[in-house]
Amino acid sequence: MSALTDLTLAGARDGLKAKTFSAAELTEAHVEAVEAARSLNAYITETPELARKQAAESDARIAKGAARPLEGIPLAIKDLFCTDGVKTTAASKILGNFVPPYESTVTAQLRAAGAVSVGKTNLDEFAMGSSNATSAFGAVVNPWKRRGDNRPLVPGGSSGGSAAAVAARTALGATGTDTGGSIRQPAAFCGIVGMKPTYGRCSRWGIVAFASSLDQAGPFARTVRDASILMTHMAGFDPKDSTSVDMPVPDFEAALTGDVRGLRIGIPKEYRIDGMPAEIETLWEQGIAWLKDAGAVPVPISLPHTKYALPCYYIVAPAEASSNLARYDGIRYGLRVPGEAVDDLYQNTRAAGFGTEVRRRVMIGTYVLSAGYYDAYYLKAQKVRTLISRDFEEAYKTVDAILTPTAPSAAFALGEKSDDPITMYLNDVFTVSVNLAGLPGLSLPAGLSADGLPLGLQVIGRPFDEETVFRVAGVLESQAKFTAKPDGAA
Amino acid sequence: MSLDKATVERIARLARIKVQPEEAEALAVDLSRILAFVEQLNEVDCSDVPPMSSGGREMKLRRRADEVTDGDIQDKVLANAPDARDGYYVVPKVVE
Repeated sequence: MSALTDLTLAGARDGLKAKTFSAAELTEAHVEAVEAARSLNAYITETPELARKQAAESDARIAKGAARPLEGIPLAIKDLFCTDGVKTTAASKILGNFVPPYESTVTAQLRAAGAVSVGKTNLDEFAMGSSNATSAFGAVVNPWKRRGDNRPLVPGGSSGGSAAAVAARTALGATGTDTGGSIRQPAAFCGIVGMKPTYGRCSRWGIVAFASSLDQAGPFARTVRDASILMTHMAGFDPKDSTSVDMPVPDFEAALTGDVRGLRIGIPKEYRIDGMPAEIETLWEQGIAWLKDAGAVPVPISLPHTKYALPCYYIVAPAEASSNLARYDGIRYGLRVPGEAVDDLYQNTRAAGFGTEVRRRVMIGTYVLSAGYYDAYYLKAQKVRTLISRDFEEAYKTVDAILTPTAPSAAFALGEKSDDPITMYLNDVFTVSVNLAGLPGLSLPAGLSADGLPLGLQVIGRPFDEETVFRVAGVLESQAKFTAKPDGAA
Repeated sequence: MSLDKATVERIARLARIKVQPEEAEALAVDLSRILAFVEQLNEVDCSDVPPMSSGGREMKLRRRADEVTDGDIQDKVLANAPDARDGYYVVPKVVE
């Protein structure tokens, strides 16, 4: 039944409704696909029994005519979302055996909408990375390969497991989180759609915190429509998250009108960076032409502080991380490495429990917040963040959305970029400003590189205007006609 | 700014992460490179610019009523404890 794993989420929804197949059959096909794709290491924990139980409930509801919006839809969950009774590791040794006694709001909402969970996906440790290479549970392999080259490629990060899981047809969609590009960049590397909504749109409650003023949950799917369906059910006000915004959630699927006539699309000149591969530049031009053909109006804009976004992010995010990760002390949960006094216990636990990149970021964060350096680094970065945010506010006086490439390259090979932390950080050069300004951004697959790898385009919107983002992305998708599939797909 | 080994050891101590002397050298190199990278921000004139400390420029933190919303979940609270006895977390001796 390979056809069932190749359906879109919307198609599976229709098939279940028409009783062409059962939720049990749909889930079984995906459970088998998860097993068949184990060489990708996309999952940390597979939950086939849970999935079967949930699918049986779905079939019972469908039989009674009481189907919910996502009834029987198999999804993968990034292992950063706490799931009641199911191990949640954040891909860290320090949480290696942590079994939450509660459920994150976003996954609870998906479950309440009828979704089935096939497993918890791999990620960079505490979502810190752009290649999924920092996971304590091993790297994830991208299902795509370069033409004529068998070397394993990274899926991007930090939500690399979720992106690989959806690209490899082991789930119809997945949850991710995006702090500096962690949904959009892996979506681009794996040839699928990924959306980071406006800050405040999704509850962060029950998501293992990395950088709280930047973290947002969002969906992965293989089409813009599928991502819009998931977004509708992930978003919503939650009194348990003080940054959750109390405003109605539109039916994002209804935003896919296919009509962008008269929309003004900003093209920021600062995103033409030195050393960007010509094929990415070409794809961007192609995207502009597609939107123009559909009646939109490209408008050159300037986001003058773009070059400071990454340095700003690498102060703000580690600072917040150093504070958030202070809770891992070996006392209340997680790993404990004994020590003579309680201070030795803390230091031994954190040295053994955190991987290299996490240790590095916690230490940078500690430094920029420490006495005597706070103003020079942290406060300065917060001020630059204001300027970055103002750049977008200025641009949105004249445009309705912004179009950029998602990442400065296609997927790279494992180990190709990991020696120098800065080189790795540059992956997020086009995505990170969106987090700093708290805006919605979506990546969709728009073409292939010369060696056959997917490349993404990013649509950025005004705060809480995900609808325009989806509308523009829907038009780009129908023009791009991206139908390529990875060889590694089940 | 270039960090020396002693500074790295001081940061490690503040962050409560044990760093072996042989690791401190490599960390000093890594952290110095990251600091050199972020110091690009010194080029930006930020006089009269207010800091942005939340995820949206106009965002205000909502407050909730100061009420107990759960309780009687001692088992759940202690379920993941590395060492718990008689309803308490067990830690090494803190006070002599």
